[in-house]
Amino acid sequence: MKALRAILPSWLTGYAYLYLAFIYVPVLLLPVFSLNTSPAPKLPLEGVTLKWYADLGRTPAMLDAAWNSLVVGLAASVLSTVLGICAARALTRYRFPLQRPINGLIMAPLVLPEIIVAVSLLIVLLQMGLSLSLFTVVLGHVLVCVPYSVAVLTSGFEGFDRSLEEASADLGETAFGTFRRVTLPMVAPAIISSLLVSFTISLDEFIMAFFLTGTDVTLPVYIWGQLRFAAKLPGVLALGTILLVGSFVLLTFAEILRRRAERWVRDAGADHA
Amino acid sequence: MTATAEGSQAIRRRRIKRKPLLRSEQARGLALVSPTLAYALVLLAAPILVIVAHSFWTQDYLVIDHTFTLENYRIALTEPIYRDLLMRSLWISLVVSVSTVVLAYPIAYFISFHGGRHKSLWLFLITIPFWTSYLLRVMSWKVILGYNGVLNSGLLALGVIDEPSTALLYNSSAVVITLTHAWAAFAILPIFVSLEKVDRTLLEAATDLGDGPIRRFVRVTLPLSVPGVVSAILIVMIPTVGDYVTPRLVGGKDGVMIATAIQAQFGKAANWPLGAALSVTTMAIVTAMAAAVVFLIRGAARLAR
Repeated sequence: MKALRAILPSWLTGYAYLYLAFIYVPVLLLPVFSLNTSPAPKLPLEGVTLKWYADLGRTPAMLDAAWNSLVVGLAASVLSTVLGICAARALTRYRFPLQRPINGLIMAPLVLPEIIVAVSLLIVLLQMGLSLSLFTVVLGHVLVCVPYSVAVLTSGFEGFDRSLEEASADLGETAFGTFRRVTLPMVAPAIISSLLVSFTISLDEFIMAFFLTGTDVTLPVYIWGQLRFAAKLPGVLALGTILLVGSFVLLTFAEILRRRAERWVRDAGADHA
Repeated sequence: MTATAEGSQAIRRRRIKRKPLLRSEQARGLALVSPTLAYALVLLAAPILVIVAHSFWTQDYLVIDHTFTLENYRIALTEPIYRDLLMRSLWISLVVSVSTVVLAYPIAYFISFHGGRHKSLWLFLITIPFWTSYLLRVMSWKVILGYNGVLNSGLLALGVIDEPSTALLYNSSAVVITLTHAWAAFAILPIFVSLEKVDRTLLEAATDLGDGPIRRFVRVTLPLSVPGVVSAILIVMIPTVGDYVTPRLVGGKDGVMIATAIQAQFGKAANWPLGAALSVTTMAIVTAMAAAVVFLIRGAARLAR
């Protein structure tokens, strides 16, 4: 038993690092092979080149898709953050009837098979007479992003000291003035974090975009189309690497901001007490 | 009838009189949540109801016949092709959710009990890859497992094998491996949260009362972390049953899942009612399966205590 007690933690630590490798190696292979001279992703590497990246800049279809993704991502992240602010604020600040089912419905896209959400949305949009376009993709992306926005914003709003707002109201601020001058500055990091997270989700989201788009495609749908051609693989790997690095940078920012938001709210509460 | 209505009205009036503040608080909360709620109602709840309605209709070329029928469900449940796809999807989602949870549990345990001051760094490291494109992660598994892929060429170069193996890609194990990788973080987080809630003094008590580390784990830690295990299972199982990208990219002929059939009905085959019935059937059966697994886990946890 004593021996076991000694072995167990070190065994667990080893397992933890193995698991990290399992998580990271597949993801990190994309950047590695995007630099390979040979178009086939084979070991050992033949040589290092940046030509696949240079080729990307000369592919108009890819640049169009990148532009579409940017537009969709901006629209979806702003909309989903606005809707997220409403929901997170209502859920943390007020108690109201049917709170749990309402919360459940808003968060449901997290646990539903995405394809079912996508096809049902597709049918309804088509029957409403909307033609498929980047606009319908934004509608779908907002649906997927809102749960994440709500989660990020809730953690920013929770623990927020309500007496600060009450003080502001007592000192004669209107409800809107209180929100703008007291609440907003406190939750700004959480809002930016929600914008970044939902932008990243929209940028990487495939199923909704695949079902809901018309002739204009986003980057993941463009990549999907390229996957059929083995010769296009290096270009896809290079593009994928750019997306990975972009997502990583955005998410690291989002995480830093979210933690700062939590700390601010906590410290403000502590100062006040 | 009127008496009860009047009675409840009277109660309501009294309540309003007593707590005007509370009522306005409730109204404000509802008003504030309403834009988000409306969005979810119009673009999520309503579409799902429309799908359910479609599953009871039939389609003749482009015209939907609104007569009630269970024909689509008969096809979905008895046609061998759909039945096989459905069974395989359920089996894969069961294997994936169980193996994801089994692989994730030690990691969640490690972070919670041995993470020390690096807890949040570990969590960040584990979640970060899962925020990146799912499509790209599936693609990298294709690169790893392919005939000329990383694993084959690596093993060839090392002299472990003489010729590339075709057994790695385009089958249901490739689907299981890819999905187990794709959903790891979603299993780790809920288990971690429930392990964090385990009262550490209970563990000391168990030790003081003479339990060894294994007995202590099985009788205290494991049962107390059941809520996390249950939500991890649900979070992984329900979405994976309808996964579309992984079977298409790494599944080959043996790894086709139900989502491909659903997509075909809404695309090329253009039989919305049948696609709808397949969607509803999949959701209903996976919910039942998830409920059964949750029931089993809870029962096992009760026995362990």
